[in-house]
Amino acid sequence: MEALTGLGNGFLVAFQFNNLLFCSIGVLLGTAVGVLPGIGPALTVALLLPITFKLDPAGSLIMFAGIYYGAMYGGSTTSILINAPGESASMATALQGSKMAKNGRAGPALATAAIGSFVAGTIATAGIAFLAPIMVKIALLFGPGDYFALMVLAFVTVSATFGDSPRKGMVSLFLGLTLGLIGIDKLTGQARLAFGVPDLLDGVEITTLAVGLFAIGEALHVVSQRGRVDDELVAIKGSIMMTAEDWRRSWKPWLRGTLYGFPIGALPAGGAEIPTFLSYSTEKKLSKNPQEWETTGAIEGVAGPEAANNASVAGTLVPLLTIGLPTSATAAILLAGFQQYGLNPGPLLFAEKPDLVWGLIASLFIANTLLVVLNLPLVGMWIQLLKIPTPWLYAGILVFATMGTIATKPSVVELSMLVGFGFIGFLMRRHGYPVAPMVVGLILGPMAESQLRRALQISLGDPMVLLESPISATILAISAVALIAPFALQGLSKFKASED
Amino acid sequence: MATPASGTRKLDIAGLVMAAILLALAGLLWREAAIMDAARSVTYGVGPTAALKAVAIGLLILSLATGVSALRATGRDEPEPMNGTPVWIIMAACAFMIACLRLGGGFVPATAVLFAATATAFGRRNILADLGIGLVLATFIYLLFSKLLTLTLPQGPFERLLG
Repeated sequence: MEALTGLGNGFLVAFQFNNLLFCSIGVLLGTAVGVLPGIGPALTVALLLPITFKLDPAGSLIMFAGIYYGAMYGGSTTSILINAPGESASMATALQGSKMAKNGRAGPALATAAIGSFVAGTIATAGIAFLAPIMVKIALLFGPGDYFALMVLAFVTVSATFGDSPRKGMVSLFLGLTLGLIGIDKLTGQARLAFGVPDLLDGVEITTLAVGLFAIGEALHVVSQRGRVDDELVAIKGSIMMTAEDWRRSWKPWLRGTLYGFPIGALPAGGAEIPTFLSYSTEKKLSKNPQEWETTGAIEGVAGPEAANNASVAGTLVPLLTIGLPTSATAAILLAGFQQYGLNPGPLLFAEKPDLVWGLIASLFIANTLLVVLNLPLVGMWIQLLKIPTPWLYAGILVFATMGTIATKPSVVELSMLVGFGFIGFLMRRHGYPVAPMVVGLILGPMAESQLRRALQISLGDPMVLLESPISATILAISAVALIAPFALQGLSKFKASED
Repeated sequence: MATPASGTRKLDIAGLVMAAILLALAGLLWREAAIMDAARSVTYGVGPTAALKAVAIGLLILSLATGVSALRATGRDEPEPMNGTPVWIIMAACAFMIACLRLGGGFVPATAVLFAATATAFGRRNILADLGIGLVLATFIYLLFSKLLTLTLPQGPFERLLG
């Protein structure tokens, strides 16, 4: 019931003319940037963050929702047409999508991706609306110690799931935690690691780190690999419409994909990679003509993973909005967007600013609908964007990235940090260190610290309080298992290898 | 996959460098904590140095783990061969941009150079045309920000001409 009234009010906010306008601009911008090869949703959101700077919080968050969904859609277009997934969650889509495109069925592949995203997004957003009030009630039972435990869990899962080894993920996380220590300590007002530089007293801006790592780091990585990989744009031939047969074959994968995506995405350790590949392998197993998967491309292999991807993205909003816990790179940057306005997602936000939260959730529905309405007819225009020569494309990205930083904080120190982070991001990518845990560490590190110190102040310094609360004890136990399991499994496989 | 490299076992230099960096960072944090502890008279609850020490210990452990895996060369992944020059072109352009803003050269020329240099790094061979495009783009952005969004980007002689 609470969800319905909340959502009703949310729609009243979202349907205001200004907010509808911001939402449409967001969808268009998000798609335009997301469609560019090599640019995933996380980067799109990070690049477009400064643009929303001058809007009011509600308007900018609503624009954000549009950008987020637009970027996702743009990413799937690129995966299908040039087989260049901008992020790991689109990899499954690219497998069958590019095969279909090469066989002149790019239109239906794009259509099933768009409509599947719409179906999954709508169901999953409804899921958010109904799950969020329940989660908020649960979150209210959490004390500072329990929050600390949750953040530890997020640290562990984020660094263990990204990248090719848990150790490298942990290294990236700890680099982020180190950056998070810079600046004035919020509880005592003492400066830490500022080295007398006034710009450092405020700490490291999350957007500077994210844009540096994602935008500049990515550009440097691409340029260092230039001439080794050639992306080929596949022209769209024939009708863009799906035939009755396509519809018949698509609807079940859409629903199955949603069922995989939303619950896994909503877990504090979710992410989009697992559900998309689960959906892909399920559809492949259920397929009546498996040889199609190897040759002309199967529409089920596009419909399922795309739906799973979108549903899991909506799922990650549940922990983000209700407990302020980002579980993906994009969610971490969205959190940065919230913090830019001094908003801290969590149960309090639902109580203090219900209009804003529900307006945002309602906007997700609207953004989703706008996507299908605006983007399917405009697909020809988006493809033109793919034809921008790569040199200008990346030159533009760098200009955009530096411009955003300079506009947000006109200081040479900030710009130097941006460039420095860009170079670090490039080196990390080159040596197989994931960059997302670093952003998560910078965001969650200071939050975890203040929750822990609050918990210890309440308990008069007794650390056992973390194990006495059943909630935090359970979460810490899960974290310990999640931390040790990959190492133990690694040891196991080594053991097996030496047995042979 | 822990497959030992057959025959030639090269040293994992990147891994060793990473281990050294992590160790240095751990030392830096610990030193900062020690300085702060020395300067503080009252001790109440968990102070601002506890987190410094905790992260320092984490970094130390990771440094050891990275060092060990580098020596064993198990965690080593052969980085793909790369094209270094364009990376340095872009980094030089970024350095120019920082210097230009520091010395009051303004946003537009700095951005135009960044645009042209990046395009060149990505294989364009028409630097004058790209400089022109960069100038137009930067001027457009400057006007958009100053007139429409009322955000002031760094000004130099050229920007003051635009008003």
